[in-house]
Amino acid sequence: MADRHDEARPDESSQSKNKTGTRFTRRGFLKGAGAGAVTAAVAPAILVSEAGKAAAQETEGVMSATVTLDVNGQSHNVEVEARTTLADALRDRLEITGPKVVCDRGECGACTVAMDGKLVFSCMTLAMDAQGRKIETVEGLADGDNLHPLQEAFIEKDALMCGFCTPGFLMSSKALLDANGDPTPEEVREGLSGNICRCGTYPHVFEAVTSAAEKMRKGG
Amino acid sequence: MQNFTYVNATSIEQVPSLLGRSWDDAVVMAGGTDLLGEMKDFAAVPRRVVNLKSIEGLDYIRQDDAALSIGALTTLTDVLNHDAVSKDYTVLNQAVSVIASPQIRNMATLAGNILQRPRCWYYRSEDFPCLKKGGARCYAVGGVNTYHAIFGSGPSYIVHPSDAAPALMALGATVKIHGPRGGNEVVLDDFFTLPEMNIRRENILRPNEIVTELTIPKPEANSKGMYLKVRERDSIDFALVSLAAQMTVVNGTCERASLVFGGVAPVPWRAIEAERYLQGRRITESRAESAAEAAVEDAKPMPHNGYKVEIAKNLVRQAVMALAA
Repeated sequence: MADRHDEARPDESSQSKNKTGTRFTRRGFLKGAGAGAVTAAVAPAILVSEAGKAAAQETEGVMSATVTLDVNGQSHNVEVEARTTLADALRDRLEITGPKVVCDRGECGACTVAMDGKLVFSCMTLAMDAQGRKIETVEGLADGDNLHPLQEAFIEKDALMCGFCTPGFLMSSKALLDANGDPTPEEVREGLSGNICRCGTYPHVFEAVTSAAEKMRKGG
Repeated sequence: MQNFTYVNATSIEQVPSLLGRSWDDAVVMAGGTDLLGEMKDFAAVPRRVVNLKSIEGLDYIRQDDAALSIGALTTLTDVLNHDAVSKDYTVLNQAVSVIASPQIRNMATLAGNILQRPRCWYYRSEDFPCLKKGGARCYAVGGVNTYHAIFGSGPSYIVHPSDAAPALMALGATVKIHGPRGGNEVVLDDFFTLPEMNIRRENILRPNEIVTELTIPKPEANSKGMYLKVRERDSIDFALVSLAAQMTVVNGTCERASLVFGGVAPVPWRAIEAERYLQGRRITESRAESAAEAAVEDAKPMPHNGYKVEIAKNLVRQAVMALAA
């Protein structure tokens, strides 16, 4: 069970720091198994990026560059190609794997993050366009070991089945409640309309958001 | 997606020189929600992408007594949240409210919405070198054409996917274009082009021109508007058929009607026959029915999309009765 929800857990960052330790994680295993293929795919990108390193992005333009991404309050320098999406930069370069790439076309919502406080699809945002913006992912939702009321409500109301869509739903739910602390059921559905749950556990998600909103209004 | 050279434009004046003579040379990007999808599907493979978001002062909504002016970088969310839009431009407000999802509306611009490329599954698939991509045939002909056009088609049968465009056209909006020889302005009715005129694109923009602003004349004080959209999935989906309607009805008589369909033709499709029929007539149920018949008089459904004709009729009836009430 714990393993099944591994990637959606807020303590993922501490796990990945421990990846050289004895802890066995699904992600670690998959990365090991696919290492050959990953190296082959990434190598040309790194070669190309050297050329663009110093270039200013004016008139001539760049095919790659080093960008600084501010994710959950932490600054990261990362070399990206022009075509690299924010979702790919976060997941493949920074190992911030809360945002999931599912449809990769801005339709399913699994890659949802907040950028300067606005909800966006990270799969349809270029990493270069995220430079200097404040990016928030599901990893930043909890305060240390204290889960966000929305995360608690998702657990309490059983608002996930496979859990793959959950990081996106949590980000959309948070944006919704930040803007409107007391949403009607209709407003909850509208606020979450950009996220798809193929297990179909929408009623539990709506219930969790409503319940978290109530708790947060009472100062929970 | 093939890699490209990414350039940050710093002024409108600079953009034409950053663009090229063909769409393969360079394209502009604002919200990117349509363009990146096209590039991921290899429907667009530009060598250079010119970022417009780096241009200052293109993100605005200005209002005066005569019109509303919306800058090309204004997002759909900002249009939706604007007081004047919800107060005086109901049809636009309603149309924008049913575009995609909150995430897309935060990213996508109003100008980009009217410049969307076709959603046709043959166009968006790498496996079909269709007419729109310089190929020899339209695969909707003889293929599965459930979501294709019933008006204005041939040799390509795509539909225009925008919700904002029919609303803007119903309001008589104009679009400002900037190119190598400066700026000009055209009404939206003259902006969009049918495949018989221009098979590769859906409007008059050339590869080195951009849209800089949309201007919407203020509707007559006694006119009312609404946007109706029928889709398979109510949370987010493109329209099967939509209708933007703006009508001036005085003492039960229609003085002016502006009716523009979405999702039924390669361009936002003005129902001219229905508009003419309604003008000067007292609105009754049977006249709403006649207007609906007039609206679909020229429809040529394909083997799998005859249902669109019925939906189109229903939307006209519904809008005419609601706006006359």
